[in-house]
Amino acid sequence: MSQHLPVLQVVVPLLAAPLAALVRRPRLSWLVAFLAALWAFGVAVALLHHVLSVGPISYHIGDWAPPWGIEYRVDQVNAFVLLIVSGIAAVVLPYARASVEWEIENERIPLFYTALILCMTGLLGISVTGDVFNVFVFLEISSLSAYALIAMGQDRRALTAAYQYLIMGSVGATFIVIGIGLMYVMTGTLNMADLAQRLPAMEANRTIPVAFAFLTVGISLKLALFPLHLWLPNAYAYAPSTVTSFIASTATKVAVYMLLRFVFTVFGAAFSFDVMNIDRILTPLALAAIVFMSLSAIYQPNVKRLLAYSSVAQIGYMVLGISLASVFGVAAGILHLFNHALIKGALFMAMGCVMYRVGSVRIEAMAGLGRTMPFTMAAFVIGGLSLIGVPLTVGFISKLYLVRAALEQGMWPVAVLVLVGSLLAVIYVWKVVEVAYFRQPIGDGSIREAPLSLLLPTWVLVLANIWFGVDAKLTAGVAIRAAQTLLGVGS
Amino acid sequence: MTPSVLVGLAVALPLVGAGLVLALGKWPNAREGATLVTGVALFATVMGLLGPVRSGLRPSLTLVEVVPGLKLGFQAEPLGLLFALVASFLWVVTSLYSIGYMRGHHEEHQTRFYAFFAFSIASAMGVAFSANLFTLFAFYEALTLCTFPLVTHHGTEEARKAGRVYLGILLTTSVAFQLLAIIWTWQLAGTLDFRPGGILAGTASKGVLSVLLALFVFGVGKAAVMPFHRWLPAAMVAPTPVSALLHAVAVVKAGVFTILKVSVYVFGLDVLGTLAATPWLAWAAAATIILASLVAFTKDNLKARLAYSTISQLSYIVLGALLANRWGIIGGGMHIAMHAFGKITLFFGAGAVLVATHETEISRMHGLGRTMPITFGAFFVGALSIVGVPPAGGAWSKWFLGLGTLEAGQIWLLAVLMLSSLLTLVYLLEVPARAFFGKPAEGRAPVEGIHEAPWPSVLALTITAVATVILFVHPGPVFDLVSLVVPK
Amino acid sequence: MKEVLGLYNYWIVIGLMMIGFYTMISRGNLVKKLVGLSIFQTSVMILYISMGKILGGTAPIIIEGRENVVYTNPIPSVLILTAIVVGVATLAVGLALVVRIKEAYGTIEEDEIHEQDDVM
Repeated sequence: MSQHLPVLQVVVPLLAAPLAALVRRPRLSWLVAFLAALWAFGVAVALLHHVLSVGPISYHIGDWAPPWGIEYRVDQVNAFVLLIVSGIAAVVLPYARASVEWEIENERIPLFYTALILCMTGLLGISVTGDVFNVFVFLEISSLSAYALIAMGQDRRALTAAYQYLIMGSVGATFIVIGIGLMYVMTGTLNMADLAQRLPAMEANRTIPVAFAFLTVGISLKLALFPLHLWLPNAYAYAPSTVTSFIASTATKVAVYMLLRFVFTVFGAAFSFDVMNIDRILTPLALAAIVFMSLSAIYQPNVKRLLAYSSVAQIGYMVLGISLASVFGVAAGILHLFNHALIKGALFMAMGCVMYRVGSVRIEAMAGLGRTMPFTMAAFVIGGLSLIGVPLTVGFISKLYLVRAALEQGMWPVAVLVLVGSLLAVIYVWKVVEVAYFRQPIGDGSIREAPLSLLLPTWVLVLANIWFGVDAKLTAGVAIRAAQTLLGVGS
Repeated sequence: MTPSVLVGLAVALPLVGAGLVLALGKWPNAREGATLVTGVALFATVMGLLGPVRSGLRPSLTLVEVVPGLKLGFQAEPLGLLFALVASFLWVVTSLYSIGYMRGHHEEHQTRFYAFFAFSIASAMGVAFSANLFTLFAFYEALTLCTFPLVTHHGTEEARKAGRVYLGILLTTSVAFQLLAIIWTWQLAGTLDFRPGGILAGTASKGVLSVLLALFVFGVGKAAVMPFHRWLPAAMVAPTPVSALLHAVAVVKAGVFTILKVSVYVFGLDVLGTLAATPWLAWAAAATIILASLVAFTKDNLKARLAYSTISQLSYIVLGALLANRWGIIGGGMHIAMHAFGKITLFFGAGAVLVATHETEISRMHGLGRTMPITFGAFFVGALSIVGVPPAGGAWSKWFLGLGTLEAGQIWLLAVLMLSSLLTLVYLLEVPARAFFGKPAEGRAPVEGIHEAPWPSVLALTITAVATVILFVHPGPVFDLVSLVVPK
Repeated sequence: MKEVLGLYNYWIVIGLMMIGFYTMISRGNLVKKLVGLSIFQTSVMILYISMGKILGGTAPIIIEGRENVVYTNPIPSVLILTAIVVGVATLAVGLALVVRIKEAYGTIEEDEIHEQDDVM
């Protein structure tokens, strides 16, 4: 059983997806989805434990030995990402039940859960596989279901947002296919480990840099790296609350993981940074994302959109860490992957609670919620503080490592810009907080605190924000080891 | 109880107090009782640490290792103990004062007020007993956030604007400069622990360390070195007890305390003395001393004048730290205590006048001394302490600061101290002088309707005024404690 | 000259790719955009298949007695089967979205949709 964990991670949710559609009853399909997410989470925990205590796992699908067969390969890096994706799914699904019943028509709910599990399956698949073409297949599974999920938002702008995401996402995915094809034509293999061995000999050939460029741009589209982020704000803003909470904390994170995998494992840090000088592109773009997207966030009248812009800025932090190409830097990027999932998960779920009771997430709609929905807004405040990076929250840990990594290389202007980003976060978070706590409630006073089934999962993430901010030994330790694995330096 | 437990208890007790306040919110008398009892228990706890610390022990307690090499931990050392003693004692007195003030002034949301007050004290205790820069920074930021609801207590547009300035300056300086400095220190020294003699010696060039020092001095926005002082006058929209305890004692002292700690335990006086930036920063502090005094002259609003006086006095302590010699540290450390008692008395006085007469402008306080003799008598004593003349405690700290400037060979800095004392004398004593000798202002309600503020408030300001005088007669305990920081 | 004629399959790929890309960017009609996307994806399929093709090669079937036969690499073709499925699915989802957009906005012209959203 235990040696089959890597494939069970993907296959069980994949089978659960049609089941959720077949049972046809909303509650029952929710149960199927929830169990699938719990299963995935359990497997991810077991995998991480195994990887940390024993070492990387290589699983051969259908017992075909790599490089001919597809290999699923789990090491510190993707075990951590699997944990993030499945963990967020396991927290979001209990939350989904009430929220989805309110936002989606009854007969569509089973299909909604099918798409949600498919999306999770795709993301898990991207993370677990060691085969580059398999990455593309799972990427499309997750993306296609994500387009459908986003389109189910109540606002009609959700449709155009989904359409825009579909166009840009497909272009990104196609770029990735081109890159994969060019690599295949030069090396004759699709296995990541095999590619890593064969590529160095081909570096001089111009095809490899072209493949690298196509892959980087394609993945950057998927991870919404500034200025390729245009699809993201509307998609996050108008999707159903559950979808936003799930996708915002997982989809872009998995794309960041893809970047890590291709840049460090497949092409290798030496080629990516010394030959291609990818840091010369990534660092300025990441810094631009941090500064400009934080500034854009300040001017958003819709809180979900505001948080979406903030997400683009936060992706800048992750990419910045990666572009530093040092153990501390990459670890900071990986750490922020996890931490930002917790932060944005909590914040978007709090906004889902507001949506459930107030029916709007525009800033004016927050008026007086500090009094009428005290627990929801308290969750938002703590999540916001974590986003800013106040000590004893996860956001602080990320910034700590990132700034240290920048200083280590003597890049103090970078360190300053990272901290400036934090200050801009203060402004956009505080804008919401001020309206919630200083304005009188509007309406007839019928607004009540959100139901427990929404509040509890939200608070689970909020408390995780504090827990992993106070005791970050586990997350920081895994991130450092993952970074060492990626950079190929001894632990 | 072992001393280590006491250290943890000192931080935990105010949190328990806050919980009690929230639980007892429906019964105001029980609620205020809880605050007072917690305050007394806290003071007793901190006093319990005095013996062990004086005998040379440094009881410490590590809560959790956050990431490898960074611990959330506490340690009692003389300077922190002094800060904790002052803050916890004055918390009890301020609570007493608050009862009279908040009820006499019919303030709303009193439960929230007392709860956040307790949270703030817990943060201040955390700052005082922090064992490393990380812990200090965590509680420093917690203190900013816990005092925000107190500053914006009235919820008005004015309070909201002031809250923005408050949070804006304190967070900007702490995140952009102080955090940068802390992480840089971590990267250079590999540790953030406070150690006698410092941790930075020999880790980087003098130029780098100079930059680092500047980042610390300006990054500790709570020390209000110009140009990052605007938050303190802004914070004056808060109810007076907040201004009195937090913005004359806990918050601002947390700032200068941080600078003293960084000077002694992170840089070390030996390193500090050799840096090129040290004298320049000392002059920045000196400029703040003079400029803030000059601005104080122009303020007719009593609390605003006191705020600028605080800015000026805080820079005395910053200056003391930057003199980088034993007398400077002793003078600066003692000034934490001396200024606290003096300034809180002044704020209590201002609040008492507000409650009794609803007057906030100095120019309208003529003749009030005759109807409120205790209040203005105490105000007079407090003012003497700030000026630094006998028979008030402030005389001692200024004496040692003066010695420090001489030892550093900075005769001009001594001149600055003298000039500033002179300025302080004029702008502070103007208030009791008008009250006692001026004629009642025209257009104000007849004098008969006015009498002293409610008794708890009057009692509180009497206690602090008497304490100011006692500190002049018996400065020994304070001196002994502070001199443990810089052994000969 | 050899670069131009000898690599004609790549030139076709590039040509199709640019046509598809240009259509996607320049057209305001949502269906035309999808058509552009499809052309774009198709060009990549041709790229893959032409990479694997060997002149004179046959299907990779082992026949007894004729082991030394030249055959075309089947893997790119197999991969492209997957990509075709993905492409069809993308197109289907895209068209479904366009239908829904038409229902919601009454138009499938991008600028008219923006106008309606701006009014709100």
